[in-house]
Amino acid sequence: MSLLETRDVRTDPVVRLENVSKTYGAGGNALLALDRVSLNVRQGEFVCLLGASGCGKSTLLSLVAGLDAITGGTLDIGARKVSLMFQEAALFPWLSVRGNVELPLRLQGVSRPERRKRAEELLDVVRLGDFGDKRPHELSGGMRQRVALARSLAQNADILLMDEPFGALDAMTRDILHDELERIWREQHLTVLFVTHNVREAVRLGDRVILLSSRPGRVIEDYAITHERPRRIDSPEVAGQAAEITDRLRAEVARHAH
Amino acid sequence: MPTDLPPTVEGPAQREQRDGESAEVAGLDALELAPKRDKGRLGKRIWHSTWPKVLAIAIVLLIWQITVWSEWKPSYVLPSPATVFTDLGNVITTGDFWDGVRVTMTRAFTGFLLAVVIGTLIGALVSQFAPLRAAIGSLITGLQTMPSIMWFPLAILLFQLSESAILFVVVLGAAPSVANGLISGIDYVPRTWLRVGQVLGMRGFAKYRHLILPASLPSFISGLKQGWAFSWRSLMAGELLVIVPGALSIGVRMQQARDLSDASLVISYIIVVLVIGILIDVLFNTADNSLRKRWGLVGN
Repeated sequence: MSLLETRDVRTDPVVRLENVSKTYGAGGNALLALDRVSLNVRQGEFVCLLGASGCGKSTLLSLVAGLDAITGGTLDIGARKVSLMFQEAALFPWLSVRGNVELPLRLQGVSRPERRKRAEELLDVVRLGDFGDKRPHELSGGMRQRVALARSLAQNADILLMDEPFGALDAMTRDILHDELERIWREQHLTVLFVTHNVREAVRLGDRVILLSSRPGRVIEDYAITHERPRRIDSPEVAGQAAEITDRLRAEVARHAH
Repeated sequence: MPTDLPPTVEGPAQREQRDGESAEVAGLDALELAPKRDKGRLGKRIWHSTWPKVLAIAIVLLIWQITVWSEWKPSYVLPSPATVFTDLGNVITTGDFWDGVRVTMTRAFTGFLLAVVIGTLIGALVSQFAPLRAAIGSLITGLQTMPSIMWFPLAILLFQLSESAILFVVVLGAAPSVANGLISGIDYVPRTWLRVGQVLGMRGFAKYRHLILPASLPSFISGLKQGWAFSWRSLMAGELLVIVPGALSIGVRMQQARDLSDASLVISYIIVVLVIGILIDVLFNTADNSLRKRWGLVGN
């Protein structure tokens, strides 16, 4: 069986940041959140952004998502569509689980039978096919996060941005959702930019792990993670590489001691 | 670049692993969902929710009866519960009484609906435009604290002793609450929902239709409930003060009973007004509770 097909890996980046800076406020109160950040994400790639508090990882995602404007450099995603997932599932309680997944399709003007069909498919993708009629509050945190993922997939975006999506979940649930996300990424040919402060999570999931410094955020390292998939978060390879990255991160955090 | 690209064809090993994963996910979901608890039979549940109310009524009646027995006031001023309920029974079996109820409830619903329309429009405008909000936002809260009976002298000068005078005051009493409910609902739409709206590309009308309006519904319902309470109070004050010829409302009948020094009848009408108030409140609470339940805003 061939290992070298299906995923369309092209060399031209789908997300291109060149010396991107972001300053909040102006004058004496100005806060430099991101300082000349350059990075590329290629089609089909799973890239993890890693950093301690104040490294501007969430800011970076907001910029790529177009929710906020850059103050310097170039950010180019072409005409591609992005979707953004948060730590909170933020499902709408007035809609059923299926209604939440259908909402992006509704906003795009997809007809009722068609969006229902698509929503069912997506719920099957996240293995919640039996829960379409439930209300969000009837599900567990992990299940809600999967509904949020299905909702993001319904946007049919080219790039999926994830802002610590599993940060509020317990270790067991997170572990299983890593497997799920990896599977869906593979099956749906997604391009993912994933923000986390959990080093092992980054190594577990990413094709690349980009380490950011704090205050201001700068790219300090770009690790290629080449361990064979599917990986386990507690495997020696993942743990070893995570230890190396953690040391680098600790050194960066210590720099802020004074 | 990733070195380990996925296989196109699923081998037995992959399928086995996939089935295992699927079982893991399903198992975790089952564990994380709380098992359904048996709430008991319907009869039992009704009994559980009604006996405190029955007890409360019994306590009130008992205190009333004891006061009557103590002969604190002569019985033609403070009749016993038995006398009052006999009179009440006689009154509510007449068609004439129900005509009065109809007059009063028609006023109540007309006034309330008018207040809802006006309050919603004002609330929507005020939450939309910042300058408007600075200008009349606090005025609305001020109006809410104004005792509605204070409006009647002006209302009578403006509209004479007419239905319009009553409606004017009922609307002034209820509309600020409705407006405030909508404004605070719109103000407190959770930030994360707004961000989701942004991510989903909601703008303009779609944002209102799919996010702002549904999200502010609980607060709006609270506003309606409060608005109803204010309009009901204003209406009762109005019916005692503004007597429109020919309209024998509950308030007018009560006033007549007082003129005839018929204490038993006066208390009967107090009970009628109380019961109507409670019934409407139950309606609002049912709407409020079912919404909260659907949204998961109540504890298990």
